Amino acid sequence: MSTVATALAAQPNTSGPKKILVLGATSGIAEATCRIWASQGAALFLVARNAEKLAAVAQDLRTRGASFVETAVADLDDTEQHATLLSHAVNSLTGMDIAYLTHGVLGDQAQAEQDFNTTAHILYTNFIAPVSLLTWLANYCVQRHHGTLAVISSVAGDRGRRSNYVYGSSKAGLSAFLAGLRNRIDREGVTVLTIKPGPTRTAMTAGMPKSEKFADPNAVAKSIVAAIAAKKDQLYVPFIWAPIMLVIRTIPERVFKKLNL
Amino acid sequence: MPDPNSQKDLAAAVPFESWGRYPTYPAKITSLNWQSDYAPAIAHLHQGGALPVGMGRSYGDSCLLKDGNLLVTTGMNRLISFDPETGDLTAEAGMTLAQILDFAVPRGFFLPVSPGTKYVTLGGAIANDIHGKNHHVAGTFGRHVTQFELVRSDGTRKICSATQNEDWYAATIGGLGLTGFISWATLRMKPIVSRNIDYEGIQFHGIDEFLDLTKQSHNIEYTVSWVDCASTGKNFCRGVFMQGDHSTKPTPLIISPEPKLVFPFDAPGAALNHTTVSLFNTAFFHKQIHKRVVALQDYEPFFYPLDKVLHWNRMYGKGGLLQFQYAIPWESAREGTIAIMQAVAKSGLASFLAVLKAFGDVPSPGMMSFPKPGITLALDFPIKADKTFPLVERLADMTCDYGGRLYPAKDAAMTAPQFQAFYPQWEEFARFRDPLITSSFWERVTGDKLPL
Repeated sequence: MSTVATALAAQPNTSGPKKILVLGATSGIAEATCRIWASQGAALFLVARNAEKLAAVAQDLRTRGASFVETAVADLDDTEQHATLLSHAVNSLTGMDIAYLTHGVLGDQAQAEQDFNTTAHILYTNFIAPVSLLTWLANYCVQRHHGTLAVISSVAGDRGRRSNYVYGSSKAGLSAFLAGLRNRIDREGVTVLTIKPGPTRTAMTAGMPKSEKFADPNAVAKSIVAAIAAKKDQLYVPFIWAPIMLVIRTIPERVFKKLNL
Repeated sequence: MPDPNSQKDLAAAVPFESWGRYPTYPAKITSLNWQSDYAPAIAHLHQGGALPVGMGRSYGDSCLLKDGNLLVTTGMNRLISFDPETGDLTAEAGMTLAQILDFAVPRGFFLPVSPGTKYVTLGGAIANDIHGKNHHVAGTFGRHVTQFELVRSDGTRKICSATQNEDWYAATIGGLGLTGFISWATLRMKPIVSRNIDYEGIQFHGIDEFLDLTKQSHNIEYTVSWVDCASTGKNFCRGVFMQGDHSTKPTPLIISPEPKLVFPFDAPGAALNHTTVSLFNTAFFHKQIHKRVVALQDYEPFFYPLDKVLHWNRMYGKGGLLQFQYAIPWESAREGTIAIMQAVAKSGLASFLAVLKAFGDVPSPGMMSFPKPGITLALDFPIKADKTFPLVERLADMTCDYGGRLYPAKDAAMTAPQFQAFYPQWEEFARFRDPLITSSFWERVTGDKLPL
């Protein structure tokens, strides 16, 4: 891994369109975010598991004005392949300004309570795999003293709850890892952004009453693009989740353990 | 507590409503986010059939399927290509006209035909072969759809255009979504240099002044009138004739701001009555102080005045509203319009938003398309038990007597005999219907039940 990173270190950071690596590019929020970047003429390298969906997203982003779109089909659970995948991506982009990690699974909480393999799978996809990606990406960025690592975590990681603590703990681990990573590499000129979205309106709820009360994925995407541009550390989106989670976090455990959340 | 994926359950708990919010039916809602989602979504349907739907902006039951499967296409909203030389834009069928405008306007292109709301999907616009203020020069939306792909439930895919699978092209344009699943379509956009419309508003009194203005404006691209349906006597059929052309003076082509206003709650049932509607109509008429007003107007308020307030249909309360739109051919258009407007005024069931327009003679490519040369009038009524339905049924009979027809996208009340008189070609059309696809509208007006 380090040899690849060292070899690439020689590449100059050319100015021009933003060079963005998107991991999990077919997720709703990722796609909405990429549409904004595409309209700004960004260069995009997209990674997702499903080739057909990935091709549809790539075609859309090209049409919207992305200056460059390249794709790779990959299962990000396959951590063995990460170094090859990432060096191929930054090579294609001839550098990297932003890495955007958006993949993850909700998983089946009830099944996870009975079956460790289900739990392990959720933890692997949501925590271990991103950690593997971030380890490579962080070192790549540190060598250049440049770049932003923007990662979708979740408000669910702020406190474990009976309804989804397996998913929550995977995101808690991810948030803690990101906090530590930020503490290590921010001083090297690399920004780490932890993104914590609330419920978001997707195609799933389109055209139905009350769906307007969910966050609009385009608005969420806009906030994410702005937070990355402003080099923020953390983003609750929509912002209302920041005070809500502050309250949730401060409830004493002896009370919290009796709540049905 | 929030979970990023929890909207799935919330979505399942609410019914899919049409814009008139009448009728409402239970249905299983499945979201199609990718073109490849269609085949698995219909693979194991055991009951009720299926209906692909978009934004649910049809007013009645043409976008509903009682106890069936609604396949919501709005997640399929990707662009496939855009050619700035020809203006040909190819997109997935769930893309809305609002999303198309956001993409095209900054590039100097506009919709070839705009309905009264931009919150409809490309697929829905084709399925209802919608029309706009430029019908007299541009014809219907379908005329500008150069090709699309139709996926049948047996898995066959047909590219349809005026020269390829022409019969399927004709059946699907205006085919109410019943011929199959439209996966993508190509729309020929037209160039603009400004967001602005050179607007002129002219007051008129009576149908003859309206017809004179229509004649005078035949080479103006956009014409439409608001008409007062509540007044009788000397104010009968007074209105404002609104016309405009795209401004030829270049201005910055920026993206429209997002609407901020949302009608926040269901208005009480009595909020819209004869008095309030009469007041509104008088205010609307006199808002324009002078007989003739000339202005430069942004396209948003010109084309989509109601889109400014999201969920304006809540103004009609929980009971919903009934739309009614006819097209009556020229030979009896004047007579029929006077008779119907008199019946409406006499009924005391005030119509809040009445829109009058002359359709042109540009032929539509659709077998079941609604527009025909003559006059079209669109009305809406609050639903009042014992009153609204008898009135609307009588108006439909009058429409039939004058040789006209009603618009399925705006209907929740026409009877099967009325529909079959309006659209005598319906049996020929029925041969193109996908055996798996049906709608509550179709079952109502044909008595067709899906043999599943």
